[in-house]
Amino acid sequence: MNGFTIVWDNRDVLLSGFANTIALSAIAAVVSLVLGALLAMALMARSKAARIGATVYVDAMRCVPFLLLAYLIYYGLPSFGIRMSNWTSGLIALIVYNVAYMAELLRAAWANLPKESIEAGHAFGFHGLKLVRRIILPPVFFAAVPMIGNQTIQIIKDSAFLTIIAVAELTQAAMAIQTTYFVPFASFVAAIALYWITCMAIETGVAFVGRVAKARQ
Amino acid sequence: MTPPMDDAEAPVVLAAHGVSKSFGANTVLTDMELTVRKGETVCLLGPSGSGKSTFLRCLNWLEEPDAGFIVLKGQRIGIRPSGNIVMNDRELAAIRTRIGMVFQHFALWPHLTVLENVMEAPIHVQRRDKAEVRREAEALLQRVGIADKAGQYPARLSGGQKQRVGIARALAMKPDLLLFDEPTSALDPELVGEVLAVMKDLAREGMTMVVVTHEMAFARDVASRVVFLDQGRIVESGAPEEFFTRPKTDRARQFLLRYSAQ
Repeated sequence: MNGFTIVWDNRDVLLSGFANTIALSAIAAVVSLVLGALLAMALMARSKAARIGATVYVDAMRCVPFLLLAYLIYYGLPSFGIRMSNWTSGLIALIVYNVAYMAELLRAAWANLPKESIEAGHAFGFHGLKLVRRIILPPVFFAAVPMIGNQTIQIIKDSAFLTIIAVAELTQAAMAIQTTYFVPFASFVAAIALYWITCMAIETGVAFVGRVAKARQ
Repeated sequence: MTPPMDDAEAPVVLAAHGVSKSFGANTVLTDMELTVRKGETVCLLGPSGSGKSTFLRCLNWLEEPDAGFIVLKGQRIGIRPSGNIVMNDRELAAIRTRIGMVFQHFALWPHLTVLENVMEAPIHVQRRDKAEVRREAEALLQRVGIADKAGQYPARLSGGQKQRVGIARALAMKPDLLLFDEPTSALDPELVGEVLAVMKDLAREGMTMVVVTHEMAFARDVASRVVFLDQGRIVESGAPEEFFTRPKTDRARQFLLRYSAQ
């Protein structure tokens, strides 16, 4: 029997893995973008303590292999009485890790923003959080759209690592089919095709949002 | 109808006393004095690097002066009434809403449409009624001749159009005073006229304005008073016809010669 026919017969396994990958990545992308914006505010803050704290976190996450972080959260935290399901552990690992990257790319876009329009915000009476929310962050997001897209693709690829803490995502599903029926080529190619389609969809979305953003820059 | 008031009798809107500013070892302003009365258009003139833009930015504390103080309608800017404590961001922001500013490079908010740029601060800083602000914003865009661009983003506009939006945005705050920081310096020559025309109308309608400019013809025709700066000091100030025809100092004469030669 053809390997691809076997994969097709087991498509419900593959698709439910795919659904988990999409759900994990989508939630992780949105949450890490929002938290990343808050962390970027700390990176750009006037308070030195806030800047140092945020920088330490970002640097720490950028130096930790994601695999180890996932292990730490799933196997390490229970020793402190924090027990979570595989799925939740995986999601938290994705968020904790990618917040740092989102914050750093937003900080870079923020630092490159024209100073004058922020200054105009001050001159027109904006200050504090409202200045950030209404005057600074919108152009930061528009400028950062391509980088946010890249990072979202990175999140999807990171999610494949979660197979090592037995999260039932796409890579795990492909592995399950291949160990049951010994069809490694077909099952992995099928998984790769699904990852590829997802990335294409994101890139299409980025191109679309990019056009919207371009008019507003 | 009341007869038009002589400028000397009009109430003082803004006064700056003894304003000094250094950037490191570089002294930019020394002991600047300026009084602006209601309805006046004061033009700050001087060579590049004379400190006129820095002085203008001190007036609303975008630059913090090292010494001296600035008073807007009897209220000190930047320093609390009690003691010598510097205002916090919230207090500074509140007083800045009463001073409109027009920037050299327009400084429009790129993510907002023309109409949204004009409405942004009145709604979100002054917390005024949205429908009313919209009506006023549309009228202002009409007044600066750009109503047909209300829904466009700034990136789609010419420099002259952007600067007219910048002026409408400042007017929407209903400020006591308008500051112009070289409003036509970044414009192509053929676009300068449309911006100056709007400013001329404002001056005629009695808006109180402080204008940093290199447009000598505008200063001569529109200013109620010109102030000439060189190396961070006021060298000369007075009526424009006096200044342009009979400058009292050598430095002013040299400056005017250089500009008339262009």
